[in-house]
Amino acid sequence: MKYLDEFRDRELAERLLHEIRQTVTRPWTIMEVCGGQTHSIIRNGIHQLLPAEVEMVHGPGCPVCVTPLEVIDRALAIAATPNVIFCSFGDMLRVPGSERDLFQVKSAGGDVRVVYSPLDALQIALKNPDKQIVFFGIGFETTAPANGMAVHQAKVKNIRNFSMLVSHVLVPPAIEAVLQSPGNRVQSFLAAGHVCSVMGYWQYPEIVDKFKVPIVVTGFEPLDILEGIRRVVLQLERGEARVENAYARMVSHDGNRPAQDLLAEVFEVCDRSWRGIGCIPQSGWRLSEKYRDFDAEVRFDVGSIHSNESTLCRSGDVLRGALKPHECPAFGKECTPRHPLGATMVSSEGACAAYYNYGGIIPAESLTHA
Amino acid sequence: MPDFSNWSCPLPLRDFPNVVMGHGGGGRLSSELIENIFVPAFSNATLTQLADSSVLDRPTGRIAMSTDSFVVRPLFFPGGCIGDLAVNGTVNDLAMSGARPLYLSAGFILEEGLPLSHLAQIVDSMAKAANAAGVTIVTGDTKVVERGHGDGCYINTSGVGIVPDGLSVAPSLVRPGDKIIVSGSIGDHGMAILSLREGLTFETTIRSDCAALHTLVESALAAAASNAIRAMRDPTRGGLAATLHEIAGASDVGIEIDESSLPVRGEVRSACELLGLDPLFVANEGKMIAFVAPEHADAVLAAMRRHPLGAEAVIIGRAVEEHPRSLVAKTAIGALRVVAPPLGEQLPRIC
Amino acid sequence: MCLAVPGRVEEIVEKSGILMGKVNFGGIVKDVCLAYVPEIAIGDYTIVHVGFALTRIDEESALKTLEAFSKMGLLEEEFGASEEAAS
Repeated sequence: MKYLDEFRDRELAERLLHEIRQTVTRPWTIMEVCGGQTHSIIRNGIHQLLPAEVEMVHGPGCPVCVTPLEVIDRALAIAATPNVIFCSFGDMLRVPGSERDLFQVKSAGGDVRVVYSPLDALQIALKNPDKQIVFFGIGFETTAPANGMAVHQAKVKNIRNFSMLVSHVLVPPAIEAVLQSPGNRVQSFLAAGHVCSVMGYWQYPEIVDKFKVPIVVTGFEPLDILEGIRRVVLQLERGEARVENAYARMVSHDGNRPAQDLLAEVFEVCDRSWRGIGCIPQSGWRLSEKYRDFDAEVRFDVGSIHSNESTLCRSGDVLRGALKPHECPAFGKECTPRHPLGATMVSSEGACAAYYNYGGIIPAESLTHA
Repeated sequence: MPDFSNWSCPLPLRDFPNVVMGHGGGGRLSSELIENIFVPAFSNATLTQLADSSVLDRPTGRIAMSTDSFVVRPLFFPGGCIGDLAVNGTVNDLAMSGARPLYLSAGFILEEGLPLSHLAQIVDSMAKAANAAGVTIVTGDTKVVERGHGDGCYINTSGVGIVPDGLSVAPSLVRPGDKIIVSGSIGDHGMAILSLREGLTFETTIRSDCAALHTLVESALAAAASNAIRAMRDPTRGGLAATLHEIAGASDVGIEIDESSLPVRGEVRSACELLGLDPLFVANEGKMIAFVAPEHADAVLAAMRRHPLGAEAVIIGRAVEEHPRSLVAKTAIGALRVVAPPLGEQLPRIC
Repeated sequence: MCLAVPGRVEEIVEKSGILMGKVNFGGIVKDVCLAYVPEIAIGDYTIVHVGFALTRIDEESALKTLEAFSKMGLLEEEFGASEEAAS
């Protein structure tokens, strides 16, 4: 596929790796913020090819990992309600709630459906006027324009049997939270390319000025990721801290203005809990007052559901880069991909699942620096 | 989509254009269904006797037996339907033990309301598939369940085949060093089905690869010295990854594959990119893998390539002593990744 | 987060007040919402996430990036080669 295959070229990857090896002189810790980048790093084995000095820390940029337990439990309660069709991206079906997951709700008779786009859920709403259709609106800034448009269309077209359970999270506050966390080791960031396609990167100079860390907007293919790492390492070695854009074919400084306009109309910033991490102020979006009618939390009165996370699970420390998965006492014992306690064990590229799957086959140290 | 424009309902059935409970009740409606749809399609001397069981001749050799149930949704998909799938699926299961498939049974669970024209279409495609594969459908059964209790039609087929004396092929016989041959492109069937699923639909020309593989197996076996083909499997549900894991487990070996050697059609690859799926986990219905002793691998590969269903066969990797029971893939940029066994259904992802 | 895939815009239509289109992803065609890329034209490439086009892909910068990659290490190689030749 054009714009993918060219950026997976092995010979060019070797050139980039060579550059990184030539540049690096001492250990550096880099966080790739986005779960999609983590996926690509593990899927392609990029981390094995990097020089030992470069440590990649997998960041909290995956909705599977960070959607709070409480919201999962609310989703499960709504999905189990009679006359509801609960639509979700496939990612969320195996995420464990306090007692079960969406798959188990489905097997118990709940109508749970996987869709590709929130607009598909809107279509299901139009086709089933006698049912309540709820879409699980999770994700980062990349997904928000899609979810926002679905709610906006529902309002404009007066599709009253549609609502959304919103749990949107934002990247810049998460980066700040990582940098402010006690014992933080992260020295630089690969910013999430597709988030920046929507939001641009005008928000980052402030963080760079405040914390003196390089931030490089980075794509997802192997060459993109290696280029992001190369630029970060170059800045670190030179003692610089700037915002750079290594994903210029997809990202402009301002981002997508029409999308940002709609986001400002449909959503408002709120405090948000991150699974395993806790509440980060001003780190999420909820539906704005004007769209509150379409908020599933209100419509199904599930706001009173509160849940406590497993005290055994230390995924928060793992996501912040403070603990390696196998150092967690529950790792491989109470917590496995089959019976995950925390979301980092659910998603196959979650740091804990990756460690678990790779353990003993290829030395874990050379595979996942979590 | 089924083309039943030329199909006209046999006379007594015209009163009921759809399946009703009575079609499974054992009375006159049942008889009419059997006599007008099943017997003409599957026509053979054994079935025509309509006895409670079929009495069959047995050629020399050992008997292989297999059973499989088919619950595919939708019933009709690009490249096939539940009918030919049910025949080829069991034929392939027999073939993977090195058996020559001979006889099949066919059990139908029909949902009230299924158009008889659809049933006729399904039965017709079963008959054609059985003919093509040279197997005889010798016994059958039909039950009807109430509307809402089934997806139109489920089919179970059981099959009997004959394994030549002296031949031993089994997932547990693989040794380190054995080469792995895959007979052609992977992921076609699973993607053809997924392209029709509500909420995920996309336009494509991807077709199911549904096919009977026993003659391909015969060609492969003929090209190898005695028992140089250690194991054969058809990678259906869970895709190539699930099958390789099963063999790694059964033989207690590790498996290494080279991702850049995997045959994946452009459109299947694109659909996988779009939905965030891995072609290694997508189902096939007309592909086989063979583990072959290294010194015979080239001969077997060449023989498979001469067969129409193996024209795109390639060697994708080998069994190794290291990391027993695990599957490791060499990635496009030359690193390694561990391919974990699939937990269940593969889900499209956005992350 | 954010699996997004590049594809070529094949058709642009206004569907009940919203800009939609067909996008071809290496032979797979899907309906995609184009509301956020009103400037897009048929034949353009765009990057799509959960059925929404996020931005028009800038071909020129893609080519520039690839060209820069392909030049990396070249100077050194030439230098290394000439050294070898001299010895």
